[in-house]
Amino acid sequence: MTSFALILILVVPAIGMALLALIANYRIGSTLNVLLSATAFAGACLLFWAPMQAGSFFLIDSFNIYLVALNSFVGLTTSIFSATYIAHELEEGNLTPISLRFYHALYQAMMIAMSLALLTNNLGLMWVGIEIATLSTVVMVGIYRTPQAIEAAWKYFILGSVGIALAFFGTILLYLTAEGVLGEGIPAMTWSNLQENAARFDPALLSLAFVFLLVGYGTKVGLAPLHAWLPDAHAEGPTPISAVLSGLLLNVALYAVLRIKMIMAGNTDTIPAGLAMMIMGLTSLIFAAVMLYRRRDIKRLFAYSSIEHMGIITFAFGMGGPLANFAGLLHMTMHSLTKSGIFFAVGHIVQAKGTQKMSGITGLAKSHPSLAWALGIGVLAIAGVPPFGVFTSEFLVVTTTFARQPVLAMILALGIIIAFGALLMHLQKLLFGEPGGESHKVKASALPMFIHFALVLLAGLWLPPILVEWFKQVAEVLG
Amino acid sequence: MEASIDISHFLAGAVLALSFVLLYQARLFALFNAFAMQSTALAMAVGWQAYSQGASHLYITAALALVMKGMLIPGALRWVVVKMGIHRQIDPVVSVNLTLLLGVFLVILSIMVVFPVARMEGGIAREDLAFALSIILLGMLMMITRRNAIGQVIGFMSLENGLILAATGAKGMPLVVEISVAFSVLIAFFVFGVFIFRIREHFDTIDVDALSEMRGDAE
Amino acid sequence: MMLVLLVAPLLVGVVRKVQARILLRRGPSIVQPYRDLWRLLRKESIVAHNASWLFRVAPYLVFSAVWVAAALVPVFATGLQFNWTADLLAIVALLGTARFATALAAMDIGTPFGGLGASREMMVASLAEPAMLMIVFTISLLAGTTQLSEIANFVASQPVGLRISLAFAFVALIIVAVAENARIPVDNPSTHLELTMIHEAMVLEYSGRHLALIEAASATKLLLYMSLVISLFLPFGIATNAAPLSVQIFGMLIWLAKLGIGAVLLAIGETVVSKMRLFRVAEFLGAALVMGLLSMIFLFVFKGI
Repeated sequence: MTSFALILILVVPAIGMALLALIANYRIGSTLNVLLSATAFAGACLLFWAPMQAGSFFLIDSFNIYLVALNSFVGLTTSIFSATYIAHELEEGNLTPISLRFYHALYQAMMIAMSLALLTNNLGLMWVGIEIATLSTVVMVGIYRTPQAIEAAWKYFILGSVGIALAFFGTILLYLTAEGVLGEGIPAMTWSNLQENAARFDPALLSLAFVFLLVGYGTKVGLAPLHAWLPDAHAEGPTPISAVLSGLLLNVALYAVLRIKMIMAGNTDTIPAGLAMMIMGLTSLIFAAVMLYRRRDIKRLFAYSSIEHMGIITFAFGMGGPLANFAGLLHMTMHSLTKSGIFFAVGHIVQAKGTQKMSGITGLAKSHPSLAWALGIGVLAIAGVPPFGVFTSEFLVVTTTFARQPVLAMILALGIIIAFGALLMHLQKLLFGEPGGESHKVKASALPMFIHFALVLLAGLWLPPILVEWFKQVAEVLG
Repeated sequence: MEASIDISHFLAGAVLALSFVLLYQARLFALFNAFAMQSTALAMAVGWQAYSQGASHLYITAALALVMKGMLIPGALRWVVVKMGIHRQIDPVVSVNLTLLLGVFLVILSIMVVFPVARMEGGIAREDLAFALSIILLGMLMMITRRNAIGQVIGFMSLENGLILAATGAKGMPLVVEISVAFSVLIAFFVFGVFIFRIREHFDTIDVDALSEMRGDAE
Repeated sequence: MMLVLLVAPLLVGVVRKVQARILLRRGPSIVQPYRDLWRLLRKESIVAHNASWLFRVAPYLVFSAVWVAAALVPVFATGLQFNWTADLLAIVALLGTARFATALAAMDIGTPFGGLGASREMMVASLAEPAMLMIVFTISLLAGTTQLSEIANFVASQPVGLRISLAFAFVALIIVAVAENARIPVDNPSTHLELTMIHEAMVLEYSGRHLALIEAASATKLLLYMSLVISLFLPFGIATNAAPLSVQIFGMLIWLAKLGIGAVLLAIGETVVSKMRLFRVAEFLGAALVMGLLSMIFLFVFKGI
């Protein structure tokens, strides 16, 4: 059962990826892409019935099953969105068929790499997965070949590579820590072994490893001050990639940080890992919330919103304890779904108005009512308005913090309110007023967007008990 | 045992010395030569580790470092420079002397970071770990102080050399990781190459000062 | 002491001969420097009428300082007569005195070349001296003393092995030696072009016996630095004072052989490398300083390297 599911998630898309590199026709390529993503999603769902196990290369526990499912779900919906979106771009002439040849192959490569990073028990393989995912997104960000796209991709590559290199050094240090206790070779790289033996590790070396891993993977999460690549990469890449970056890659990087934190939690003499995460999370939140005000580009606006939310999530996990962890998990899910849904809506809007600048996008309520509804719902959801799921999770985070650290809770609430204000201000300018700028017909599919928002709304109103149980289980494990 | 530790320290120190040499260069071709020398020294260091640890799979890593980074990549870069007629002088952002002094400071920093922490028998000698971290930090310094995209590429690759040194010094780190390190070198170079061509296409220069439109959070 | 004085011009002669041979010229004979010195000593020494006593005294001062310093380096045997004074720092101080006197004398007459040479020399010195001191510290830390003969004994007898700090110090000392002796790539000892002179500019005004003393001093300085490199890093075959005469003579022959090799390497180096722009000289010496710093750090921290 497990191996069949793993084959569906990893091997079938790999074969498909090779095929995609050879297919020149965009229509066939995009259909195949959607099918491969559906297969991966099916495999991920199958994993729910698989027994929990920790082998030397693969690990199936409650934490990563749910993330893999979330990952492949968003991957599937994004591939549906991307199929029609990129078709439109092709028609407009923004992209050439040659540059798209590898787009789908890279998309699958990225999905496979992320699933590998999530499912593996080997720290080195996790690193490899994240690196391959980063590299594929770098190429995809630069796909438009405009000067800004190349600049964004170059910056992303340099900063991402430095982050990855530091994370690798942290991995080496972690191996050295484990090797003293577990002996050399693969057992010292296996996460479950490390988790069990964490108390026996040398705390100083473990702390040093954590610092490097936090900085390295933290760059990929987009925590301030390591976030410099994020706004540009989101703004200049094609919208499906922005959706995937925000919705998926940030989560996978945070997953890596959390796995390390779990090891740190097992050893009492190390530096307070949770404190470091809390500080970085709060800094990102306040910084991003303030930066939201002066944005002029719509995709950049939501990129900063991603930084803000990842800050909240990191803060929640840094706090630790079952409630805060539960809130963090819920927020991760809600943010993934909402942010990718928003980017779907933004994609439509950008195609309809022909520009990314917010000054050129006004009066949507009058000119494109359905898009206006979509954007409105999305922004309200991400700003934390009830009854959407984001409100639930933010509320949980704030209340748990209030119970333990009231001062921090006030800073947290302040950040959320500042962001709320900025988002509403921009929303008002986008939706209301006289329709300005150009206006084109939009051919992209509206389905993925509405599915995401519906799910978020549903989660806000009624969280299925199975899910609650599941999250509680994971929250316990996270420590 | 004494002699073997001496030799591995010596070789690691040689790679570090060549990192300083890399920081010093102002001409592109001299930079490529220095990088080729650094990678050769790295190959020797890894080869020695393979011999003294008895880990024969490390010989592959050494050979890869020698061939790919010592010969192919500098050769390819030289071809790129000649073909695209790139300006062959790199002016660092701060003066060379200051860069070298910053480099010394980073070496001191990495020694101060590693020494109190790494008190281990076997595994990796803490001197080797400090050397590896210094090489990594010097690679990052080089990426920061070069305005030229090719200079940044070389800085990144020397950073990777430091990583390989650390990884091979750690006894018994599985082959999986070594192959993936080599693999990532390949992919990184491919991506770099793609970008250098594209940057050149659009900007007629690979001075990354030209890539300053989106500097800061102005948008 | 007499030995160094006698061998120094020979050394210069060998360097020039090898250089000429590499360039496919016949070149002057090896003993030509002796003839030059003899000729200069018998010539009239012309002094500008606005020169002060400093100008006349300086060559003697320079010559004696360098001669004493060179005599202090243990060339073929340790434990020689004055070896308790043979302190590395003393040698550095003596050389510094010599440089000081030269620079002052250069500025004494007031010609522009003098000032130009002096300022360039001071720039080189301001970087070379710290580097030299770093090297001295490294070696002294390792050997536990600044006594040159002790150090030479230490390096000859202990299984020093491959130490990185010594390797760094070695390279740094070579760079400093090149700079101090006014050799390519820092300075061309046979040029008189304004753009490229450093050392020559300072001694441009000297003639006759003064010039002879200065030439002898620079030859002795070259010998000093080579002997320093040899005794600090490559002292195999060095005899101790208590050894019988045959061992001492053997030591002397070995020393001469090493000097010869050094001369050939210097000549090859000078032919192959081109002279640097003056602004790059600062970077070059900065690199030597950095290497000296690194060697000291490694030695100090690692305690085993």
